[in-house]
Amino acid sequence: MASALINVPKKAKFGDVIEIKTLISHIMETGFRHSTTGVPIPRDIITSFVCTYNNEEIFRAVLYPAIAANPFFIFTTIATESGTIEFTWQGDNGFLATASATITVE
Amino acid sequence: MSKSRKTAATRRQFLAVAGGVASSAFVSVRHASATPASMASAIRQVTGEAVVQPGKVQLDVPPLVENGNTVSLMVSVTSPMTTADYVKSIHIFNEKNPQPNVVAFHLGPRAGRAQVSTRIRLADTQTVVAIARMSDGSLWSAKADVIVTLAACVEDL
Amino acid sequence: MIVNSKRTQWLAPVAVMLGFAAIEVISAHAEIPLGERRSGYADLAPDTKAMQDDDTANPGMLWVQDGEALWNAKSGAANRACADCHNDARTTMTGVAARYPAFNSKLGRPIDLEQRINLCRVERQQASAFAYESKELLSLSAFIGKQSRGEPIAPPTDERLRPFLEAGLEQFNRRQGQLNLSCGQCHDDNWGKRLAGSLIPQAHPNGYPLYRLEWQAVGSLQRRLRNCIVGMRAEPYDYGAPEYVSLEIYLMWRARGLPIETPAVRP
Repeated sequence: MASALINVPKKAKFGDVIEIKTLISHIMETGFRHSTTGVPIPRDIITSFVCTYNNEEIFRAVLYPAIAANPFFIFTTIATESGTIEFTWQGDNGFLATASATITVE
Repeated sequence: MSKSRKTAATRRQFLAVAGGVASSAFVSVRHASATPASMASAIRQVTGEAVVQPGKVQLDVPPLVENGNTVSLMVSVTSPMTTADYVKSIHIFNEKNPQPNVVAFHLGPRAGRAQVSTRIRLADTQTVVAIARMSDGSLWSAKADVIVTLAACVEDL
Repeated sequence: MIVNSKRTQWLAPVAVMLGFAAIEVISAHAEIPLGERRSGYADLAPDTKAMQDDDTANPGMLWVQDGEALWNAKSGAANRACADCHNDARTTMTGVAARYPAFNSKLGRPIDLEQRINLCRVERQQASAFAYESKELLSLSAFIGKQSRGEPIAPPTDERLRPFLEAGLEQFNRRQGQLNLSCGQCHDDNWGKRLAGSLIPQAHPNGYPLYRLEWQAVGSLQRRLRNCIVGMRAEPYDYGAPEYVSLEIYLMWRARGLPIETPAVRP
C-alpha cells in the first residue's frame, strides 16, 4: 500500500471549520511521455480522491495528469461530531489506497 | 547493450535536448498540447451553454514558478457556504498542457469554507482558469497567468 | 590538468576548521567567505519554502515515514531491525548525518551515510544491500537524516580523511566534460547569478536526501552530483564510486556549520 500522510486535528470545537491536509505517494505518470527509446510510457495516475466524515462524503476530487506527483490537497470541513474521517484514493491499474483519522468534537 | 553504447546513446539524447528543444520533463515534445481552443471546449463540457461570469473566485498561483512539475495552487470562492447558498464544485483548466483539464473539486455546505489547495503541473508559461459552480447553478471564474522557468541543467535519466 | 591561473594561489585556512595542521590546496580563486555561505533554502521561492517548512505538506516526509517503518522492521538472516541495535533513532541518530562521510577503519576508506546503512544491512542484519536510489535506501537515509535536522554540519576531525578531502577539493575545482567546466566556476564564482532562468545556488549538501521538484521524488546527493557532471557533459561515475565520497567530504567541509534540513525541498 502506498504511504500517505494525513493531517486532521485530533480535537475541535463544535462548529469550527477545520483544515485537512493529505499527501500520498504516487508517481502520477502522465501517459504523455516517451522512454529514451521512443516507447510511450502508459498513464498511471490517481483519478479520484474522496473524503468521508462518519461515512458521509464531504469532499471529492477528480484528478487529471496535470496533478503533480505525490498528490497533495488541503480542504476544510465543519467539525460536527466526534468520529472517523476516511480517505480513499483510486486510480489506474487498480490503484486503491485508504487512510483514516479520528476526531473528537467538544 | 554494452555500457559504452548505452552511454553514447544517452549523451546523444542529452545533446538533442540541450540543442534547443525546451521541453519540461513530463511533456513529450512530440505530443500536441492543449490550446486555448481545446481549453474552451473542455470548459464547455463542464458549463454547457451557461454564462460564466468573472468574479467571486480567487485563484492563487505564483506568477513565476521555479519548476513546472510542482506548482502550488490555491482556489477560494466567496460564498456563505450555507445549505441554501454554497459552492458545489470548482474546476481548474490550463491552456498549454497536453490536456486542458487539471482537477475538479466537489464540495458542499459542510466544507464551511470554499477554499482548496493542491499542486499542479504546468508544461509552459500559460493562463490557468478556475470556474466555480454555485448551488443556484451560476458559474463564476478567475484567471491567473503563470511564467514557468525550465531547469537549466537537464538530467540524464 | 588545466587550471585557471586565478586558481593556482595557495591557501591554508582550509585546514584550520578540521583541526588539521595544514592543508596546502589549490583553491583560492573565490572560495565563498564563511560569512556569505548560506543554504539553498535562502534562495527558494516562497511556495517552495512553505513546502519544506511544513512537515504535513513536505512530500519528502512520505519517504521519512517509510524510513521509520524500515528502521523498526526486522530484516535479513539475523532477523534484526535497525532499532534492535540503535534503539530510538530520535535520540541515537541525532547529529549522525551532520558528520558523514566518516572514515571506516575496517575498509580503510571513508564511507557516506548510504554506504554506512548498507554495511549494517550486510554485516548486522545479514541482508542484501539496498540499491542506490532505491526507495528503501532513500527512505532510511531520509529518516536518519531527519534526526539531525537543525544540527550544524560538523565534519569529523579525523586526520585519515585529509587525503580524501584534498581529493574532493581538487575534483571540485577541476575542469571537466565537453563544456570544460569545474564545479567551482558555477558554485563559487557565480552563485546568485542565473543560468537561463534558474538561480545558481552555492551547492551545499545540507538537505539531502531531498525532494527535488525536477525529480518529483526524493533523491540522494550522489544523484544530484551525477546531474551536475552530466550537465558539464562529462561521464558520471557509477553510484558508490569513491570520487563521489571524496566530493561529499569536501562539500560537507565547505558547508560546515550550516544546519541540516533533511528532507529539504529544492527546485
